[in-house]
Amino acid sequence: MHFLKLILRNTLRHKLRTGLTILGIIVAIVAFGLLRTVVDAWYSGAEGSSETRLITRNAISLVFHLPIKYQDKIKKIQGVAEVTHASWFGGIYITEKNFFPQFAIDSKTYFNVYSEYIIPPKDLTAFINDQKGCVIGRKIADIYNLKVGDTLPIRGTIYPGIWKFTIRAIYDGIETKTDTSQFFFHWNYLNESKKRVIARSANTTDWVGVYAINISEPNRASEISNEIDKLFKDSLAETHTETEKAFQLGFVSMTEAIVVAIRIVSYLVILIILAVMANTMAMTARERTSEYATLKALGFSHGFIAGLIYGESLVIASLGTLIGILLTFPVASMFNAKVGTLFPVFGVSLETIYMQIIAAILIGISAAFLPASRSAQASIVEGLRNIG
Amino acid sequence: MEKFSESIIHIKHLSKSYRRGEQIVPVLTDITFDIPTGEFVALMGPSGSGKSTLLNLIAGIDTPDSGILEVGGENITLLSERELADWRAANVGFIFQFYNLMPVLTAFENVELPLLLTRLSFKDRQERVELALEMVGLSDRMEHYPSELSGGQQQRVAIARSFISDPVILVADEPTGDLDRKSAEEILAILDRLNKEMEKTIIMVTHDPHAAQTAHLTRHLEKGELDVRN
Repeated sequence: MHFLKLILRNTLRHKLRTGLTILGIIVAIVAFGLLRTVVDAWYSGAEGSSETRLITRNAISLVFHLPIKYQDKIKKIQGVAEVTHASWFGGIYITEKNFFPQFAIDSKTYFNVYSEYIIPPKDLTAFINDQKGCVIGRKIADIYNLKVGDTLPIRGTIYPGIWKFTIRAIYDGIETKTDTSQFFFHWNYLNESKKRVIARSANTTDWVGVYAINISEPNRASEISNEIDKLFKDSLAETHTETEKAFQLGFVSMTEAIVVAIRIVSYLVILIILAVMANTMAMTARERTSEYATLKALGFSHGFIAGLIYGESLVIASLGTLIGILLTFPVASMFNAKVGTLFPVFGVSLETIYMQIIAAILIGISAAFLPASRSAQASIVEGLRNIG
Repeated sequence: MEKFSESIIHIKHLSKSYRRGEQIVPVLTDITFDIPTGEFVALMGPSGSGKSTLLNLIAGIDTPDSGILEVGGENITLLSERELADWRAANVGFIFQFYNLMPVLTAFENVELPLLLTRLSFKDRQERVELALEMVGLSDRMEHYPSELSGGQQQRVAIARSFISDPVILVADEPTGDLDRKSAEEILAILDRLNKEMEKTIIMVTHDPHAAQTAHLTRHLEKGELDVRN
């Protein structure tokens, strides 16, 4: 009790210094939490991937498409439960800042394969029955204040012109980490439009971007992938099939250098505040040299002196971290609002909070290590000569 | 006043030196003398004569290079650092020139500090602390922090802290060195009472001949050696 009292009163002894140190820790913890959340968001696509889903793309590159006729052939392979397809549209809603992914999909099968997207059945029927209808995610609806029945004009970049869609459904995610920032419309609408605009061009019509395949036996994912690729070997468009997670990680690996840089910066932030905190604790211990010597002269142990310094360091680190963690949530929300749909899933994870707490404990203990060791081992006579 | 004939402190051939770079500087050389139980001794001498070093050795906060130093029949030179800490807590009360109170603790809490190393209950500690502060005339200043007290009052708190755990000896290093004449007189009067009424053995280092007069025995040190003229 007296030990804690002494720690708390010592902590509040230099209010300005303690306050500024706590402020520094708050900034560091918020920055650390935000950077970790950005890294998490980067991997959210891969993290949210299904283990029972395969992605088949053109073996040369994702830029090249696959014939629509592959869908029926893939479906016949043993272990395949459902096959759907999606094609990147790459349009702009009002301005280029309003980015969200748009896909032309096989409307009859897509939501069977992606069962994590929840759509009211009557809205799904309305979408299927409307060739110019579209489905948008809840996040898009919230950000742009859109509702079912609204018209959504998208300016095509790959497929020129203004494409007007009627919102027929808004999907929600089965989990909070489900991506609800996507836009889907009928592949038939895109394909027919292409046929009209680019008449008799067999090279651009009846092709799709990727196939998404639900498999009934997840442990046979590798075997089924090989069977699919073998089926189209030496064909006009050879395929490359992999799990959805590997497919998503392929995207992440393209920008891995940025992710690594963000990770390094997040640890550097902690190192910098550790140095600041260590300096504060060193100053504190130096100023109290004669007090520690007095306590030792009275019979208090080295451990008691070290405990006072460790305790004070941990109190400062804990206070800063607690406020920092609480502030991470609103700061992350503001950041998310600012970047719009750049990150499909953006939220402070429990793991990030644990890492913030671990960082706080490390800061508290490491910053106190040298001052505590020196003060505990210092000679009483030398300490008493030091008049504070 | 009745004096006890047996010695509470027995010092024999005690030597102490410090290393300054490559050089070894002798501070105390072959000191031998006894301090009888219940005595009030003043250690005097010019700066650098080794009187504070001798006091530190007697108090167990420094260790000699050689010699025997027995306090209450225990050769404290043989104790480990941990054992010395426990021994000091039970046997020595400290009074410093600059009081050395904890600025974040009240007068009550400062006096209570040595009792935290005992098994006494809060109620017992409270009774003892209140009595000690009453003895030094600070009953009305219990909840005051050191910064709210004068130098003389702070030294009285320090004296209350020194005897609160009923130690065998009290060591005082220039206890009046930072005080005005009036406060110094008050402090010396309290020390005199502690010696006479509570029969505490007091060893006081001082430069002040007037303060030394309060003591009943004076030992002079000169260049690390005991002045045999005394």
